[in-house]
Amino acid sequence: MKSRQLPFIAGFLVVPLVLYVIYVVSPFVQTLFYSFTDWGGLTNTQNFIGVGNYVRLFQDDIFLSAVLHNAFLLVLMPVVTILLALFLAFMLNVGGRGDSAGIRGVRGSSVYKVVLFFPQVLSVAIIVVLFQSVFRTDGRGLLNAVLIAVGLVDPNRPVQWFNSPDLVLWCLLAVMVWSGVGFYMVLFSAAMQSIPKEIYEAALLDGATRGPTFFRITLPLLWENISVAWVYLGFIALDGFALVTGLTPDSGGGGPDHASELISNVLYRTAFTQGKFGLACAMGVALTVFSLLLAIVQLRITRRDRIEF
Amino acid sequence: MTQLVTAAPTAPEEQPEQAKPPRGQFGVVNFFSQGFLLLWAAMVVLPLLWAVMSSFKTDSEILSSPWSLPATPRFDNFARAWSTGHIGTFFLNTVIVLAGGVTITMVVGSMAAYVLARYSFPGNRIIYYAFVAGLTLPIFLALVPLFKIVGNLGNIPVIGPYLGLNSYAGLILVYVAFSLPFTVFFLHSFFRTLPTEIAEAGLLDGASHTTLFAKVMLPMARPGLISIGIFNVIGQWNQYLLPLVLLQPQSSFDTDHSVLAEGLLNLAVAQGYKSDWSGLFAGMTIAMLPMLVVYVIFQRQVQAGLTAGTLK
Repeated sequence: MKSRQLPFIAGFLVVPLVLYVIYVVSPFVQTLFYSFTDWGGLTNTQNFIGVGNYVRLFQDDIFLSAVLHNAFLLVLMPVVTILLALFLAFMLNVGGRGDSAGIRGVRGSSVYKVVLFFPQVLSVAIIVVLFQSVFRTDGRGLLNAVLIAVGLVDPNRPVQWFNSPDLVLWCLLAVMVWSGVGFYMVLFSAAMQSIPKEIYEAALLDGATRGPTFFRITLPLLWENISVAWVYLGFIALDGFALVTGLTPDSGGGGPDHASELISNVLYRTAFTQGKFGLACAMGVALTVFSLLLAIVQLRITRRDRIEF
Repeated sequence: MTQLVTAAPTAPEEQPEQAKPPRGQFGVVNFFSQGFLLLWAAMVVLPLLWAVMSSFKTDSEILSSPWSLPATPRFDNFARAWSTGHIGTFFLNTVIVLAGGVTITMVVGSMAAYVLARYSFPGNRIIYYAFVAGLTLPIFLALVPLFKIVGNLGNIPVIGPYLGLNSYAGLILVYVAFSLPFTVFFLHSFFRTLPTEIAEAGLLDGASHTTLFAKVMLPMARPGLISIGIFNVIGQWNQYLLPLVLLQPQSSFDTDHSVLAEGLLNLAVAQGYKSDWSGLFAGMTIAMLPMLVVYVIFQRQVQAGLTAGTLK
């Protein structure tokens, strides 16, 4: 039996492993190596320059501001998305009528679950084109027109959204939250539905109202899902490449006046426009260190004892 | 674990009408929550509807009266986007890459996950953790060398042109490799939960390991395969960065293999010069509607699958 097993195991593993090593493992390892060289991309010669690229990163104002912008999104985006998603999921599952038959969601909750999930199946390019129109800077953009109609904005001075250095990051945040909330709402909904109804009924009998029910029962039981969601959202916040490229001004995005540069965009430009591949690889390593730190920190913060039910 | 979540009720079951709650106690909350949900639903649906409506308008209508209905629906926008805007070609490219990418990911990923989950051999743990580690690393880290590797593969004689930059198969293999970590991770836990007795019985009956995998294990793992399949379809459909870097035409004679995401974004940038807004919206509608329709049809499976994959 054993003798038949080994060829079988090898046969099943060879293709996935070869693909994985060629396209995933080897580039990651090479990036680490190139980050210590002055590779220009066009030539095949690299000179080893030690930590030179990393020193340059810390003197590069645009890269440093990109790190700050990423940090802004990294802190705010997951928090806002999770809070909204939790709130909506709670509405859908527990927000409706509460009577002696127990607590249930508002009317039409299954329809909401389908509709609010829509952004998840839209390609990022569609989200870009859509929000170019929503945030049009003349008075006829979707958002400006609404604000003017309500009287919040002066028709002669429409809001400049992505063209405004003060607003551009907030607009990016809004787009990211808009496209993310539906997915996490569905996720939290499913988690809430797997909580036994008896727990809610017991709380209801004890006279608990909605607020305490949410904070004492739902939130603790969902904690593990929330912490996973937080890590996922963190990765999304660290990327943002397509949104910045498509939505913000200046060639390749990052404007106005570098107010919305993200690490991913600086990296792409450094490599494929400026041809400084070595420096770009150092940025890649920096980005990875951020991701790993993020995962470790968030898992530590959100770690609690696992509750079985 | 997965069946548990999949079986979770998706619609609130109707229960016989019982004693009504005292009015006013929850009425306000109900009104408020309905209002908020309606508002958010409107924020999702209205821009989409508005984009579809714009795709039937003329350019001047879009610019001057973006809110009104089109005077006469202009179906030629769609024809123009499909042919002149090359949306048709981009669509075909996307479908080719997606079909190849998801199929190979599923076959190769389930093979690796199965062997890693159910057979003990030296190096098993190392290989498994190597796959799982890929989950945490951002694609951006690999980008620059990846570009060079795919470029070099293109220089191999005979098969090179099919594997190098701006080739379907080249991009498909990259998609597969980068989809493997999650696919293996997901299916590994799935195959582990399958009962051992059936496998042993099959082997006693003289089935080979390969037959056992294909005839017994794969059918039993079907719910997991569907879930991860959906995950991969959405993930690879939404890819933007990899095609952007790896599908660049290598010369002016090279055919454009752009997928929808890139093609649409190029169109969005180019419309700044040509100002073909209506063509852009038509192209966007063509790109958006099939995925939305497929989603609405399969929404139960999609939601059950996605939640099964991420819960627990």
